[in-house]
Amino acid sequence: MHLLHRLFTRRRRYDDLSVSIQEHIEERVDELMEEGVPRKEAEQAARRAFGNTTLTEERSREVWQWAALESLLTDLKLTCRRIRRSPGFTATVLLTLAVGIGANTAVFSVINRVLLEPLPYPDSNQLISLWLNAPGAGGLGNFSRGLQLSPSMYLTFSEHNQTFQSIGIWTSGTANVTGLARPEQVRTSVISDGVLQTLAVSPRLGRWFSGADQDPRGGKTVMLSYGYWQRQLGGERNVIGRNIQIDSEPREIVGVMPRGFRMMDHDFDLLIPMAVDRVHQKLAPFGYQGIGRLKPGISLAQADADITRLIPVWMDSWSNGPGTNPHYYRIWRITPNFHPLKQQVIGNVSSVLWVVMATVGLVLLIACTNIANLLLVRAESRQHELSIRAALGAGRRRIARELLLESLVLGLVGGAVAVAVAWAGLRLLVAAGPANLPRLSEISLDAHSLIFALLLSAFSALFFGSIPVWKYARSGVLLSMNGTSRTATAGGARRRSRNLLVIAQTAMAFVLLISAVLMIRTFAALRDVRPGFSDPADIQTMGISIPDSLIPNPLMVTRTQNNIADQIAAIPGVTAVGFARSVPMEDNDPNWDELRVEGKQYPADEPPLRLFNYVSPGYFRAMGTHIVAGRDFTWADIYGLRPELIVSENFARESWGSAAAAIGKRVRQFSSMPWQEVIGVTEDVRVHGVDENAPAIIYWPAMLNDPYTQKPTIDAPNSAAFAIRSTRAGNQEFISRVQRAVWSVNPDLPVAAVHTMQDIYDRSLARTSFTLVMLAIAGSMALALSIIGIYGVISYSVSQRRREIGIRLALGAQRNALNWMFVRSALTMAAAGIAIGILAAGLLTQLMRSLLFGISPLDPFTYFMVLLVLIVAALLASYLPARRAAAVDPVETLRAE
Amino acid sequence: MAKNPEHRDLFPGALEIMILRSLRLKPMHGYALVKHIKQISDNLLQVEEGSLYPALQRMLREGWLESDPGISAKGRPTRIYRVTDAGIRHLEREVVSLERMFAGITRVLAAARP
Repeated sequence: MHLLHRLFTRRRRYDDLSVSIQEHIEERVDELMEEGVPRKEAEQAARRAFGNTTLTEERSREVWQWAALESLLTDLKLTCRRIRRSPGFTATVLLTLAVGIGANTAVFSVINRVLLEPLPYPDSNQLISLWLNAPGAGGLGNFSRGLQLSPSMYLTFSEHNQTFQSIGIWTSGTANVTGLARPEQVRTSVISDGVLQTLAVSPRLGRWFSGADQDPRGGKTVMLSYGYWQRQLGGERNVIGRNIQIDSEPREIVGVMPRGFRMMDHDFDLLIPMAVDRVHQKLAPFGYQGIGRLKPGISLAQADADITRLIPVWMDSWSNGPGTNPHYYRIWRITPNFHPLKQQVIGNVSSVLWVVMATVGLVLLIACTNIANLLLVRAESRQHELSIRAALGAGRRRIARELLLESLVLGLVGGAVAVAVAWAGLRLLVAAGPANLPRLSEISLDAHSLIFALLLSAFSALFFGSIPVWKYARSGVLLSMNGTSRTATAGGARRRSRNLLVIAQTAMAFVLLISAVLMIRTFAALRDVRPGFSDPADIQTMGISIPDSLIPNPLMVTRTQNNIADQIAAIPGVTAVGFARSVPMEDNDPNWDELRVEGKQYPADEPPLRLFNYVSPGYFRAMGTHIVAGRDFTWADIYGLRPELIVSENFARESWGSAAAAIGKRVRQFSSMPWQEVIGVTEDVRVHGVDENAPAIIYWPAMLNDPYTQKPTIDAPNSAAFAIRSTRAGNQEFISRVQRAVWSVNPDLPVAAVHTMQDIYDRSLARTSFTLVMLAIAGSMALALSIIGIYGVISYSVSQRRREIGIRLALGAQRNALNWMFVRSALTMAAAGIAIGILAAGLLTQLMRSLLFGISPLDPFTYFMVLLVLIVAALLASYLPARRAAAVDPVETLRAE
Repeated sequence: MAKNPEHRDLFPGALEIMILRSLRLKPMHGYALVKHIKQISDNLLQVEEGSLYPALQRMLREGWLESDPGISAKGRPTRIYRVTDAGIRHLEREVVSLERMFAGITRVLAAARP
């Protein structure tokens, strides 16, 4: 009330004050005149005696104000007016800031969601990913992140551990759903008991799987994802209790999981109980992801110790069948290698994200130095005004505040625009879905991002705003009226600070360009690697899986697959077709096992593990994988169950010295198996991505005598990846032709995972290409900004030194020499920046070593190239304004004085 | 106003006390106030205008003074300041504490003499 009253009577108070002061001075004048002083002198003396009336009035008024706030508001009003008056400058600064801060905010949002936020499960810090180390397991253990669990391990660990609340295993796969609309292949997560308990997310509808659902002889049940429930079942609440046909088997729907629930990073349609059958479990196979929830207060080390204790128990409890050595796995030296689940989900993307964050951070820093430079120039052009104000009694602090306020306003407005940029950028990012980025669906612009943007804007503003302030406050140039006259040349000190900024900019641009070029060269190196197949854009791949319940007989499965292949081959434009258990780069290893070469001795009689694949005739031709020796399988080989196989070239070299020597040689898995003859050798295939070495691969025929059963049984993989070579691959019409061909063989078979090999290949390079694109954008922005920086400084210094140039020309200076004078100063700055940049890049690029392929972080060619680019850029950026200097007409400049 | 080394700065609150004391005699306008203090103190104290006007506003805000439109000695419109009841109470409190302070200072100075 009091405050409001004060606000309303203020105007009257101000008037009173003015009247009082006015009268005060006049009275003094009168008095002096009475003493005989002439009016003019009396007036001067009175004013001098009173002092600064404006200041006194302002101080007196402040009594009625919330002083700091109101004068700030006044300044703010002035600042806004000034900013509006120079739209070019304002637009440049705002645009630079919007892009700089926007990029940082976008990347921060990604990092915050992906790396910093906990996983969307209750108490997710208790969740542990159960991977094992098996250094003795040959190729299997070395590849990727270690060894996964087997169902028998799960049974032992979950029953005997003392450190976990619950343990479960799961695996992802596909299943065919029939009877709803047209047959559809859906994504499944097959989960054991304990998985839902571990993740602890309640169903939205119905219930979790019970113990009875996990009984292999119990009822068949299924749970739905929210998305599948909405999409295929219309989100109806009465679906609970309904049956759907999954792999030709009716399953009762018992529950629906809530929206947003995912198995770690896996999107699924259906959850299917694993129903681990204790009776038929062996020690192997190790293909299941294990997760566990620690008891409260238990550390990772304690859990490790607990499971380490249980590994011998596991070997004592199970075997791989009669006649096998249950303690064989001792030589694998299995130990737990547990880590937080989050780490597992994030995977190796964190290094990429931090590199990108650092990159955009550097870009922002460069942008800020550019703006600081602009502000310096601006402050200099206001020098005259500022000096006058200082002379009239404006405090140094007051002027500093005003300069800073201007930066702050620019920063905050820029930040607001940046939020829009970040929002658009994130939409773009999510739409593009690059780099196999985990948790991509969770990314959004949230409160954290907004706070980040705000803080970043404020800090940027303080950073670029404080440079001119510090410059002016420190040297006290405000008070000197000289040095600002239109005839003088800019003081050395001020020029030096601008030059320093340009040097810093060049150094940062150098670092960014080095990283960008290193990524480009990495990408090129990866592109140059022959992946083991050719013309991937002409290879159409698709998955067809034939459930046991539909066709139980393996021979019939193979016949069906053969028929499908024949039907597809008949489509015009198809030059080759074949199938295998899996195609390269799909992160799907069909099998790993031992293989003995005839006549070869192995340490401890244990040969190393090899990657197995199972292929049909024509598969290699369809993939464009060269057969370097021998021949491909024929259908006669397949149906004849002939003991033959094909090996990769590196295996042939390792075992027999050369590809040609391998033909006719014999291998087998274990002593009870007949010898198998090598009939062909293929080139090496980088199945785990071009940046991973090609493993030795053993190609078995698509149908064979199952080596793992006691009595002879035929085995044929139910799920096959087809490869079709055609120039029309990827064409929608072509795909539907292929689909019809499949249905002409069996109308209940869905076609899934329809990609071209090019898609799969590109996806395997996604991490590299994502980093590449980000760094390339950042690098070019940095280059552009530093060119602008150099150009600006030189061009400003030319315009400031016109008079000096005129005099020099009048005294006979050569225009070329003048040109060179400016270019030289730019080159000196660039050279200094590059020198610092080389040191910084040498250190910083070590951080991205893991992202590089086939190139050292200190690659001299890259350094030389970037150096050249920057020198040329500096030349160009300085030559253009320097030419203007040489074009100065001495007569005109001198006359202007 | 140029700083005169002869005149030392007043301690905080002193200016207010002198203004209140002077205005209690009779309401005055700004210029008269300055002259009055100067005369009464035999030129020992000089009030700087730069301090006087903010001080007057502060005292108006505190409710110790009131200002009314009036006419100066030379017949020009100005504002006449007068003390309110609250101002008198404040003055009396301040004078008491001031006297106590002076007494204390005097004693300490006397004791320090050899």
